[in-house]
Amino acid sequence: MVRSLIPVVAVLFLASLLIGPAGIGLREALLALGSGQGGDIALIMREIRLPRALLGVMVGGSLGLAGAAMQGWLRNPLAEPGLIGASSSAALGAVVALQSGLAAAFALALPLMALGGALGSVLLIAALAGPRGSAVVLILAGVAVSAIGAALTSLLLSLSPNPYAVAEIVFWMMGSLADRSMVHVWLALPVMAFGAALLATTGRGLDALTLGEDAAATMGIPMRRLRVCLILGTASVVGAATAVAGAVGFVGLVVPHLLRHWVQGVPSRLLPASALGGAAMVLAADIAVRLIAPDRDLKLGVLTALVGAPLFLHLIWKMRRGEA
Amino acid sequence: MMSIDLSVPDRLQATLTVAQGEFVGLVGPNGAGKTTLLRASLGLLPATGRRDLAKAAFLPQMREIAWPMPVERIVGLGGAGPAAVDRAIARMELQPLRHRRADALSGGEQARVLIARALAQEVPLLLADEPIAGLDPAAQIAAMEVFTAKAQAGAVVASIHDLGLAARFCTRLVVLCGGRIVADGPPSVLTPDLLAGVFGIRAWFRDTEEGPVFQPLSRVATLP
Repeated sequence: MVRSLIPVVAVLFLASLLIGPAGIGLREALLALGSGQGGDIALIMREIRLPRALLGVMVGGSLGLAGAAMQGWLRNPLAEPGLIGASSSAALGAVVALQSGLAAAFALALPLMALGGALGSVLLIAALAGPRGSAVVLILAGVAVSAIGAALTSLLLSLSPNPYAVAEIVFWMMGSLADRSMVHVWLALPVMAFGAALLATTGRGLDALTLGEDAAATMGIPMRRLRVCLILGTASVVGAATAVAGAVGFVGLVVPHLLRHWVQGVPSRLLPASALGGAAMVLAADIAVRLIAPDRDLKLGVLTALVGAPLFLHLIWKMRRGEA
Repeated sequence: MMSIDLSVPDRLQATLTVAQGEFVGLVGPNGAGKTTLLRASLGLLPATGRRDLAKAAFLPQMREIAWPMPVERIVGLGGAGPAAVDRAIARMELQPLRHRRADALSGGEQARVLIARALAQEVPLLLADEPIAGLDPAAQIAAMEVFTAKAQAGAVVASIHDLGLAARFCTRLVVLCGGRIVADGPPSVLTPDLLAGVFGIRAWFRDTEEGPVFQPLSRVATLP
């Protein structure tokens, strides 16, 4: 079941490599990508389309994985990766970088500051919730941290003397994979790999949590370690995703929801399924962005929300019928 | 099997030792500390003192099945192998429900699934917090029989509100009141004075040829 998503992601990855304004033929494109020969074509393939497709997989996979982990942990299908405040703090870091001019002076300042913001949110939440903090306390801490991040972002925007900087920030926050380079890939990859490795260890714990925290603890699940892995893992993958792509909404909420029945509701099986599903959704959305408005920069985050929200409504509609 | 001497500030102060073969019914009015005693014994609650338990499975009072998993998967969640899962499913007569979605079952069916999950762990000690609440009479008796059998090879400690079933099936009753153990012994500890003082009730309680029969009759007018 989960494996059947791999070819879907592979096809979408190829499509992402082959679709673009430059209109390069299939054979040419793959040859140039493989050999690095062919001048402009190789440049486009290796420096523009490859990082874009790779980031699509990485960002989508991160958001899907983190969404499945958060929903499993909180036993709530409405949980989403941004819940512990990592995405809004990462956004705040990025906004500070854009606003202060650091991003203009030094290209990597933005993603680095965003990662710093995500790290800050983890430390703040850990301090707020304490070592024995229950899931509810952590969520509330996450809500508070998110609110602080959003408020400071708004403060920076409203105090900004430079309307261009404001426009840039607003567009950045909408989320996009356009104009990213391999540098972004290399920056995000280790952080995401670290976070994904942590989240991959949580499967058995999340399964046991299906029956509640007390039951899980008496089934031999080390709850404190589970909590640390979940918070740090989620903050890493979400922080890195936000750092390189901005805020891409709804993927982490909708994808685990869509795939849950496929995996018979088992959280440990939902983790890989949702990572693949998230990658597929972001790749597809990023391709759609290029096809719908090739000469306008339609933002990826806008499209995922536009598609994701009605999809979510449909799921709620189905759920309501099921309960009636 | 279990030996504790625990104290939770303002909530519990209890010393209890349970030997193999015992089916201990933990009884007491609401708020007496039954859940606190079970959770503190398992280390789910910060408590001071000493606790020494054999490997234990726990049935929390809150019956929670968060996701649409099939019954057999739920039963195996404690790390039980397929053979242990089969045994537990057979023991709780869940064969017809085995592939159904556990979260869509009735409350009583879910309770039986969760009991099966705890049995499947196949550990000597079972602690259960109100395991038979909300079950129909046949299922309540069936569950008490399962616990009786389980206690043969280990021990069971279960908080129970139904004093009639507790008196019939438990080998020993531990009566909690205000966070302290006020009586401990065979079902005959449920004397009229204790019932009036702890539960505020009057009851009819006799050893009959059908075994011990306990029937609460009325509240007592004045609580001491």
